[in-house]
Amino acid sequence: MLLQQLVNGLTLGTTYALIALGYTMVYGIIQLINFAHGEVYMIGAFVGLIMVAVYKVNFFLAMLVAMAVCVPLAVLIERVAYRPLRKSTRLAPLISALGVSIFLQTLVTLIKGSPNPLAFPQVIQDTVYVLGPVKFSTIQVIILVVASLLMVFLQFIVKYTKVGKAMRATSEDYETAGLMGINVNSIVSFTFALGAALAAAGGVLVGMYFNSVHPFMGVSVGLKSFCAAVVGGIGSIPGAMLGGIFIGIVEVLGVAAGFDTYKEAIAFGLLILVLLFRPTGLLGLPIQRKV
Amino acid sequence: MDAVLDVLTNPYYIQVMTMVGISLIAALGLHLITGITGQFSFGHAAFVSIGAYASALLTIHLHLPFILSMLAGGLAAALCGILLGYPSLRLTGDYLGITTLGFGEIVRVVFINMKITGGASGLTGIPRETNIFIVYVVVVLTIWGMYRIQNSRFGRALTAIREDEIAAETMGINTLLYKIKSFAIGTFFAGISGSLFAHMMQYLNPADFGFSRSFEILNFVVLGGLGSIPGTILGTVVLSLAPEFLRFVQEYRMLIYGALMVFMMIFRPNGLLGGVDVVRLLRSCLARLKVRRAS
Repeated sequence: MLLQQLVNGLTLGTTYALIALGYTMVYGIIQLINFAHGEVYMIGAFVGLIMVAVYKVNFFLAMLVAMAVCVPLAVLIERVAYRPLRKSTRLAPLISALGVSIFLQTLVTLIKGSPNPLAFPQVIQDTVYVLGPVKFSTIQVIILVVASLLMVFLQFIVKYTKVGKAMRATSEDYETAGLMGINVNSIVSFTFALGAALAAAGGVLVGMYFNSVHPFMGVSVGLKSFCAAVVGGIGSIPGAMLGGIFIGIVEVLGVAAGFDTYKEAIAFGLLILVLLFRPTGLLGLPIQRKV
Repeated sequence: MDAVLDVLTNPYYIQVMTMVGISLIAALGLHLITGITGQFSFGHAAFVSIGAYASALLTIHLHLPFILSMLAGGLAAALCGILLGYPSLRLTGDYLGITTLGFGEIVRVVFINMKITGGASGLTGIPRETNIFIVYVVVVLTIWGMYRIQNSRFGRALTAIREDEIAAETMGINTLLYKIKSFAIGTFFAGISGSLFAHMMQYLNPADFGFSRSFEILNFVVLGGLGSIPGTILGTVVLSLAPEFLRFVQEYRMLIYGALMVFMMIFRPNGLLGGVDVVRLLRSCLARLKVRRAS
């Protein structure tokens, strides 16, 4: 029973982790809470749904198309709404991000015609695999495998490629990185693109898992994934993965323990508790105060 | 003249103007926390809801006079502000913002789950006590109070914290204590605003106080001009009326609203009146007028 809940929590947690990675990478580089990230995830889910339902393509191809649509979208959002504000006060890009988020939610509602959820067609034969005391559904296996592959791929890009090295340098010191000949603007765009690709994949996976896609699905999941990024230590990539899985597991266990009406508050309660004892998250480095 | 009278007696306009006043009180509270002290609060609507529920329950169950329950609503919000502020104001910048955002969502979920608040279906049966006169008397008192605070030793200490916390600490300011005080005063006004709201709508629903409402109040403060009282007033009036004026575009309303937020920030990143000293501007305009008249 407990083991089964852990598996369910792990599945939910990996989807949070996929989205949290976008928040944490962007925050690591330009210290911006990208509130429009949840909307990128929502649009990814819609694109995946359209590909599967209308064009009847293979599920994995639908996910790739969703990623291909969301990457330029996120780069465009950064270009239009954040880049002109990079040197202004901290709150200006935040308000701009909220504006983008309201804009995209309304746009999708208008195109779709109503805010009601759509069901995701069951494209994958759902068989249940029994492994000792736990049961895995095909969808859960796909989520765990796809999400793990994407995270390994991300780690590879960040750790072993030239552009990854440039990303790490930029997040360590934006100005010095620029002085060393790194084109910081294209690195910021690249970071948004990476985050958007992961969020789009997450959107398609979650849409299929919960069998529901609607224009406001990015709000609650976006906030919880953001919590996950902060719990793990914002700016830290392994932290986002850990935080996502941690929040997913605690949420599923909380619901199983009978706190289902408090489901939406569990992630935030955990967030406040973690911040009180470790003010920069589980894997975050302590803040240095300089005079 | 008839047109003016018509506007002043039209119940719809009165309702809209009362709502603007109520939002203004909450926005001025946030102005002290974010605009003057420089602390991010993304959960201001939660304090509005605490004040609203506390005062509504007091008038319904204990039949307290409205003035008393309004003050009690403000104090309840301030108490919660202190309880949240004490541990979390040690955090800096974004972390504080995130904690308040989380607190706001928790408060909303708690109100949905409580029996006494009517849960998700809302609290009904609140007597109607608020009218436009009471609201604007409170608005004027709030503005006066904010000016008094801003121009006092306490207010200057808060500005020092906003500008440079370490330097302020070096100058002997107990930054944590001052931040908590600022948070308590700001949330007190949020609670007052909530009490007025409860006794005007006669109905409360936790869904009205979600994080989108918190960000709406933050918008009022930032878009008008962070740190400026005339800016906060302008931002609140413009943004509260914008949805009313945008009614003719119907379903495109929120689309335009979202796009406006982005464009306003790009063209005026410090807000409409950011960096503008309104009093000095008025004075120089008057002086120019005098010169023109003399010549």
